[in-house]
Amino acid sequence: MELFGYSIWSFVGMAAFLVVGPIVGCLLAGLDRKLSAGMQGRVGPRIRQPWWDFRKLWGKEDATVNGAQDLYVWLYLIFIVLAGMAFFAGANFLLCVFIQTLGALFLILAGYASRSPYAELGAQREIVQVMSYEPMVLLVAIGMFMATGTFEVNSVLTADVPMIRWLPLIFAGLLYVLTIKLRKSPFDISMAQHAHQEIVRGIVTEFSGKTLALVELSHWYETVMFLGWIGMFAMWGGGWVAAVVAVVVALAVWFLEIVIDNNFARVKWQAMLKSAWWVALILGGINIVYLIFV
Amino acid sequence: MSYVSKSPWVIHYDGSSCNGCDIEVLAALTPLYDAERFGVVNTGNPKHADIFIVTGGVNAQNAPIIKQIYDQMLEPKIVVACGACACGGGVYQSCYNVMHEGTRAVIPVDAYVPGCAVKPESIIDAVVAGIDLLEEKAKKMKKNPADKDRTDADAGHGVHASVANVDDVPGAGSADVR
Ligand code: SF4
Repeated sequence: MELFGYSIWSFVGMAAFLVVGPIVGCLLAGLDRKLSAGMQGRVGPRIRQPWWDFRKLWGKEDATVNGAQDLYVWLYLIFIVLAGMAFFAGANFLLCVFIQTLGALFLILAGYASRSPYAELGAQREIVQVMSYEPMVLLVAIGMFMATGTFEVNSVLTADVPMIRWLPLIFAGLLYVLTIKLRKSPFDISMAQHAHQEIVRGIVTEFSGKTLALVELSHWYETVMFLGWIGMFAMWGGGWVAAVVAVVVALAVWFLEIVIDNNFARVKWQAMLKSAWWVALILGGINIVYLIFV
Repeated sequence: MSYVSKSPWVIHYDGSSCNGCDIEVLAALTPLYDAERFGVVNTGNPKHADIFIVTGGVNAQNAPIIKQIYDQMLEPKIVVACGACACGGGVYQSCYNVMHEGTRAVIPVDAYVPGCAVKPESIIDAVVAGIDLLEEKAKKMKKNPADKDRTDADAGHGVHASVANVDDVPGAGSADVR
């Protein structure tokens, strides 16, 4: 079936991400806290806790530092949502990556907008995070094109073999930078999720109430989109079985992230930047050479 | 029930004194007591916090800091004074620099927790009791957003509830002791 010349599934994907995305993201965040607590021998909060936190923040007194900050946070949310919608519509992967990066830049601007030394330090660190993961993400796009001849997520999802068949090392590299993208230990340099004491609170120091709630919401969207990227590697043929496999792979990776988060101490930013670039160079490079010769 | 009662984020400030209560507050977050069960998150940022936990004595040097943290917190917010020192100077009450009224010399206190040092159980008790107050304030705020229920003006008299009577706390509440 077609609508305006596009497959109806594109619209379903977009709508599903817009509506179901934050719900799934919220549940994943709750599960993260619950599992982390379990790994630390605690009972932990309810799975719904992130939702309660969100509603509480939404009802707090309004005390925005300046109007620009709110605008940037809104733009961060909007571009993350657009990037995710582009991805789940099965559109161009490169487009998704670039919109997502634009969103990330708006978060950094929001950090700088407050002029608070803590938030500025957090923003600087967030820039280092972006610098660390960006090369690998671009290599994912390049590898994707070399392996399948297209940037269209749709064609990758309906290809004969899952993309991981051609890009095993690039997949491993993406796993490495996923920890940086999700800001999980050992790469929670710009804003710690669990310790909550990171030079006050990194980039979100000056965000409060509704603004902070919006940042949380964007994180939920982000998480779902990144796990979508992971699932893309394991999807083929467009069938239901393949879709289930892709979801299972994405959830397994999510679990792996939580295990990593709980077992590693934070590294210095130099170590993060260097290691991420080396990983991109070595894993990405070998994989691309392999693609050239196959 | 509003949502503030389900996600009380705390900020913790330790004044002077022996640090015993400071350790107990942290103990409340360890696996044995696990305050996160109730949605409690220990944040280092006043702007994110709903409950201000003060431990240790208040003196001339840290009074402005306590005031500053309190002012930066957003409504609805409550203050919990934990331990004899925070409630009223405790064993250090007669020191020349310690404010013998404790925390309420600087900011309005909503709940007092007795003990030297406080038990983690009582801290959790106080936080859970404080949640009701948060609830009340949140409702007031909803009804009349302009009236933020800022009680700065009556600092020292804004005692709305107490987990234990101030007079039960050894060395606390006896403003006329000197
Ligand atoms: S109340 Fe007792 S344990 Fe607590 S800080 Fe004061 S002296 Fe130390």
